[in-house]
Amino acid sequence: MAVRMTPLTRAARSPRLRWTLADIVVVAYALAPVAWLVSLSVKTPATVSDRNFLPRQFTWDNYARIFTADSAEFLRPLLNSIGIVVISTAVAVVIGAMAGYAVARLEFPGRRAVIGVSLLIAMFPQASVISPLFEIERTIGLFDTWPGLVLPYVAFALPLAIYTMAAFFRQLPGDLEKAARMDGATPGQALRKAIVPLAAPGMLTAAILVFIFCWNDFLFAISLTSTESARTASAALAFFAGSARFEEPAGMLSAAAVVITVPIVVFVLCFQRRIVAGLTSGAVKG
Amino acid sequence: MSEPVTPAAKAERKLALLLCAPALLVMIAVAAWPIIHAVVLSLQRYDLRFPGEREFVGLGNYAAVLSNGFWWTAVGVTVVIIGVSVALELMLGLVLALMMHRSLVGRGVVRTVLLIPYGIVTVVAAYSWLFAWSADTGYLSRLFGPETAPLSEWGPSLVIIIIAEVWKAAPFVALLLMGGLALVPADMLQMAAMDGATRWQRFSWVTLPAMKPAIGVACVFSTLNAFRIFDTIFVLTRGANDTGSVAVLTYNNLFRGLNLGIASTMSVLIFLAAALIVLVLLKVLGVAAPGDEDRGR
Repeated sequence: MAVRMTPLTRAARSPRLRWTLADIVVVAYALAPVAWLVSLSVKTPATVSDRNFLPRQFTWDNYARIFTADSAEFLRPLLNSIGIVVISTAVAVVIGAMAGYAVARLEFPGRRAVIGVSLLIAMFPQASVISPLFEIERTIGLFDTWPGLVLPYVAFALPLAIYTMAAFFRQLPGDLEKAARMDGATPGQALRKAIVPLAAPGMLTAAILVFIFCWNDFLFAISLTSTESARTASAALAFFAGSARFEEPAGMLSAAAVVITVPIVVFVLCFQRRIVAGLTSGAVKG
Repeated sequence: MSEPVTPAAKAERKLALLLCAPALLVMIAVAAWPIIHAVVLSLQRYDLRFPGEREFVGLGNYAAVLSNGFWWTAVGVTVVIIGVSVALELMLGLVLALMMHRSLVGRGVVRTVLLIPYGIVTVVAAYSWLFAWSADTGYLSRLFGPETAPLSEWGPSLVIIIIAEVWKAAPFVALLLMGGLALVPADMLQMAAMDGATRWQRFSWVTLPAMKPAIGVACVFSTLNAFRIFDTIFVLTRGANDTGSVAVLTYNNLFRGLNLGIASTMSVLIFLAAALIVLVLLKVLGVAAPGDEDRGR
């Protein structure tokens, strides 16, 4: 590949150095907005408006405040978020795994319909259901409740769960159930004995992806809740900002935003390979 | 599929339908039913401030929306955001994908940090951009000139909205494209290199054609993703100064205007537009919808 190089700098000539420089640019690209929030969240009230990227004076006050004095404004929504998203994730992964198994390993007439419906939902603009859902949930009493958010979260996360699980089940050896069936097991027993014990890794991947997906929601959260009883953390952020009680909310808002980001960072650090594999298998091949 | 249905096959079908039933039920109840309900609501005059005046108005709401300047402004804004951000996401995504695929140093690090924009809550990222560009706090706020407030002007606002959108979506596009890069035949690249093809020729004759399906999927994803844009705009401008997308306009009609009839009409129009976009993209790109011809290829 070393064909007639024009006199470049030494740095550019070494591929390792060039890649390292490019890596640094990518790391800066990905982390700058997060670093900026962290920086704002630890700035003191006197320096929060100094427009410097890095803080000159440190304080943990913003974190202390969002977790104590103004707990109703952030702590309760944070608990709502955790509860609603964990429940949604569990439900979506279990029923998504069931459908994913059927799609991947069973012969049945409605297979393409299942794939078609979930594909449709995956492409669905959520704005096109907020008006009717708002009306329906108010009528049947689900508005501003946990189930009122769990339902749409599960529905819209299901395609992701189904694709991830179908991709996972498809790469398991083909004759797993056959052996069980030889022994006279019904398809249901074969599933329980041969597949369920092996499903954990796939379900973990699906759970991480679904959690990230539901944790990210904002439109449903602000449309289908109105009080602290079901408002999620990301929705609370938006109302925080409007609150007149804080003369300079940037610091506290940033602290809350950083807290919301912690689970994402933990997942990314612990499960990087799983997330990449899950996203590429479900998205490109599925 | 003409073999007689054996008892075993019958049991398999029954199990499959049982397994799919809960998922189908939820998806239909929470997505299909509301859409039908939206169509019903869109044919009514239904203002939550005057619930007594609820009545059937036929296509009146559609006439009202489609002849409304705000609607078409929102459509224009959405189209601009889609056009610019899809192009940028594909270019940036390709660069990032090549890095994740080929980097000699720190491939794992690159793959890991790029999951941060993918995973971060859109609203959180939007606040970071908001504070970065706000005149009182932002380290970027003087980029458009001293003593300006970029988020209070139309052009700069749109630029910032698109930056925020591309920043978040490009890494995911890169992941999709990386899947395609893995399918590029290495021996073909080698042969082309031996035949004296330049780096660019190898890229455009071997790599790009092999990646066509992945590029198609990435196109569909980023178009629909940009079409849905809501969170970022809500945080950055709330749709002020003609920066609202169709989703933002729908939200504002529902919760500020409290006009369920008009908002539902917009919901239906958004749904139809999304369906149209998908159909056109699948046709133009020749992407097989997953599930067509036996999945996975």
